Amino acid sequence: MREKEQEVALGPLDLIPPGEGRTFDLGTERIAVFHTRSGELFATQADCPHRNGPLADGLIGDRTVICPLHAWKFDLSTGQLNGGECRLRTYPVRVTSDRIIALIAGVPEPVSSM
Amino acid sequence: MKKNLVVIGNGMAGARAVEEILARGGDDLFNITMFGDEPYGNYNRILLSNVLNGSQGEGEIFLNPIEWYRDNNITLHVGVYAESVLRKSRCVLGADGSIEPYDKLIIATGSRSHVPSIDGVTMPDGQDKPGIFVFRTLDDCREIAEYAKGCRGRAAIIGGGLLGLEAARGLQSHGVQVDVIHRSQHLMNQQLDEQAGAILKSTMEGMNIGVLLGKNTTAVLGEDRVTGIRFADGSILACDMVVMAAGIKPNIEIASRCGLQVQRAIVVDNQMRSVTDSDIYVVGECAQHRGHVYGLVAPLWEQAKVLADHITGHNPGASYHGSKVATKLKVMGVEMAAMGIIEPVEERDEIVQFTEPKKGRYKKLIIRDGRLVGGILLGDISKAAYLMQAFDRGTPLPEERLSLLFDIGAPSKKVTVEEMPADMQVCNCNGVTKGAIVGCVKAGKRSPKAVMEGTRAGLGCGSCKSLVTDIVEFACGGELEEDPSVHYYVPGIPLTKPDLIKAICERGLKSVSAVFQTLAGGKEDPASKPGLASLLSTLWAGEYVKEPDARFINERVHANIQRDGTFSVVPQMAGGVTSPAELRRIADVAEKYQVPMVKLTGGQRIDLLGVKKDDLPHIWRDLGIPSGHAYGKSYRTCKSCVGTDFCRFGVGDSTSLAIRIEHTFKGIDTPHKVKMATAGCPRNCSEAMVKDIGAVAVEGGKWEIYIGGAAGAHVRKGDLLCVVENQDDVLKFSARFMQYYRENAKYLERTYGFVERIGIDKIRAIVVEDSEGIAARLDAAIRASIEAYEDPWEAAYTEPRPTEFSSLLPVLQ
Repeated sequence: MREKEQEVALGPLDLIPPGEGRTFDLGTERIAVFHTRSGELFATQADCPHRNGPLADGLIGDRTVICPLHAWKFDLSTGQLNGGECRLRTYPVRVTSDRIIALIAGVPEPVSSM
Repeated sequence: MKKNLVVIGNGMAGARAVEEILARGGDDLFNITMFGDEPYGNYNRILLSNVLNGSQGEGEIFLNPIEWYRDNNITLHVGVYAESVLRKSRCVLGADGSIEPYDKLIIATGSRSHVPSIDGVTMPDGQDKPGIFVFRTLDDCREIAEYAKGCRGRAAIIGGGLLGLEAARGLQSHGVQVDVIHRSQHLMNQQLDEQAGAILKSTMEGMNIGVLLGKNTTAVLGEDRVTGIRFADGSILACDMVVMAAGIKPNIEIASRCGLQVQRAIVVDNQMRSVTDSDIYVVGECAQHRGHVYGLVAPLWEQAKVLADHITGHNPGASYHGSKVATKLKVMGVEMAAMGIIEPVEERDEIVQFTEPKKGRYKKLIIRDGRLVGGILLGDISKAAYLMQAFDRGTPLPEERLSLLFDIGAPSKKVTVEEMPADMQVCNCNGVTKGAIVGCVKAGKRSPKAVMEGTRAGLGCGSCKSLVTDIVEFACGGELEEDPSVHYYVPGIPLTKPDLIKAICERGLKSVSAVFQTLAGGKEDPASKPGLASLLSTLWAGEYVKEPDARFINERVHANIQRDGTFSVVPQMAGGVTSPAELRRIADVAEKYQVPMVKLTGGQRIDLLGVKKDDLPHIWRDLGIPSGHAYGKSYRTCKSCVGTDFCRFGVGDSTSLAIRIEHTFKGIDTPHKVKMATAGCPRNCSEAMVKDIGAVAVEGGKWEIYIGGAAGAHVRKGDLLCVVENQDDVLKFSARFMQYYRENAKYLERTYGFVERIGIDKIRAIVVEDSEGIAARLDAAIRASIEAYEDPWEAAYTEPRPTEFSSLLPVLQ
């Protein structure tokens, strides 16, 4: 199957309490999805590029996540490391009728959607 | 019209040259483009040894983060190697295919580690043999640390110079046995004489670093990874990794390919231009000026200034005349500074010398015509700043030579700051003079923090910060402005702790989100959240509205996050007392959940390490023991000795007291960890005098209460708060002090800092003598927090929040 960007429904919005993040297993990769208290959603790669800290366990606020292991700070909208060069992969994500929808590149079509 | 300026090299020299150019209005003269081989902004390479030994994080050593380039309109080709310079068509070709035309070019390619020709460095397939490293870049640093942690064996550092010794000490902190291999007959033979080298050798050996001298390494052994090295004399040293620190080699290939005159490095004139092409400037370790190639940072700053003066036309007469070289060794536990010549060379040269080898001290100065031309200071560098200055400036030395080596009635500090000449360099990392600091104050910056940001003084290794502060104070004429943000309780809300408490209480703010809404216009600073949650829990006790997202993950899932994202579980074990049945249950749970490690903690508790987040509530339920609170900024544990029950020396029942303390204070939020201990007699087996709060039984049924002790990163004996008659009073005064600490300490301020800041006399007056009449209120406030306690573990498994403990959610279609 040719890889292309594809919408994946991750589940209901209430999986992620406001102000927190959760890690989702897409089979081929894992992503961290954050639900801010202002109601915005962001999605990034799951692990911190520094020492693989679980970003979804980080503190979030003002479009920033702080990795729980060594407090590296990343901009959630761009993935950019605060004060450094590296960048997290980010994924477009939105809510449609209370379901979280992420746009993922290269994910095989889910079998159960037929 | 603006001209194109291209800079090849984004290290300390290239970036510094550009900074100096911008400071001279270069932004109006040039469109600036830079090529940087490494995938980062510019960082302070001098501090890499701190990164290796873990005393600084990678993020802390950046001088120019990526945003700096954007803010200054610089096009940065990051991670792009510049392949060639076409001088006829005046352009630079990047390895990524980019073509950058230039009017003026700066080559600042620096140098790389010199890898001596040794057999077995590469594998038969041409790949580097695993276990061989150079020590030059941030990436090298990271790879060395990773490999060292993985092998935990033996490391050989080839090269006993400045870099080799710094690498050796840094590697030690990763748990490997380190040997330094040096070709010469004494360590640091570029900077030290034989006697100093021998003293340094015993100092290094005293720190458990092996030193092998006069050893010429001829081969690296091992089939598919390093297993040892062989020397020219045929002997072999077994080791698991090799770090090459045998000097540097200027990166001059790009210059020689385009026809510039190159000897050991690229030959430049007094304006730092290539002698072959006056449109090409060269700066830093790749430049050769009057036969000298400098591998230190201070000459590079001087070169960058001359280059910038000349290229911008700011001072067309600017001219570089070489640098005098002085070095400091930055190795933990070793103090060393060296400058100029090592041995006298002329008959008139006078030597002033002091030796105390057993204490590792050695001082030697070489004086010519009353001026310092060389010096070595080992073991005591208290006079280094003065001597380096006298050496650099060639100022006449005082007749009393003894005062050069020791402080004998030195003039007071204030006079020194005042008398200091304006061009004296204060910050040796960033090359900032007293004049520049004073100028910055005159331009309106009136706090040390603002001046440091404005001039970059003090932002390198940080050792000159107190001197910078003194100069700022002097330049302000005593009207020092304090930077208000250092007094905020949390960075995201511009209020001091008393003002913040007032605002919270007046407006009845009971949740962290309400505080942000009301006091910060809804802008949620994530770094401020845990401090606010702690404060709200202190102020409102049971009425505090818990919001898990405001808590650090440990306090969200009531367990301590580990390096691999798993957690540690420490069940409550008050006083460190357990029972066979409890131990059996803990053992059963550890087996059932295949806990990878069961370990005793420093606080006399049992730690189950490596638990998956998903298993936490199940483990807690199966244990049926409340949380031991080993994860939060809160009361942690109370250690104790066996006290009077069994010990033949015990004079007080320390065990029962410790159990009462644990049941009283469990889970109480505090500004930082609070660790306690009780000791049944003054032998102090439970180390109560170095705890945040400690109680020591003394004869006559009394207890001494100590506060502000520490035995972690900082070691401090606690101050005696008071002596009380019974256990009830130990609890009463401990609780009252704890509440005073909760209300008045800055977030993340440990009691040792707090007690020193407030002063034990004032604390004793308030807590013991009730000098401010607040004792009853403090007692009531902490009682409310104690009564509001609930076991977070039980709460979590009886009423779990959805997905709280899911480390990975499956995608449900």
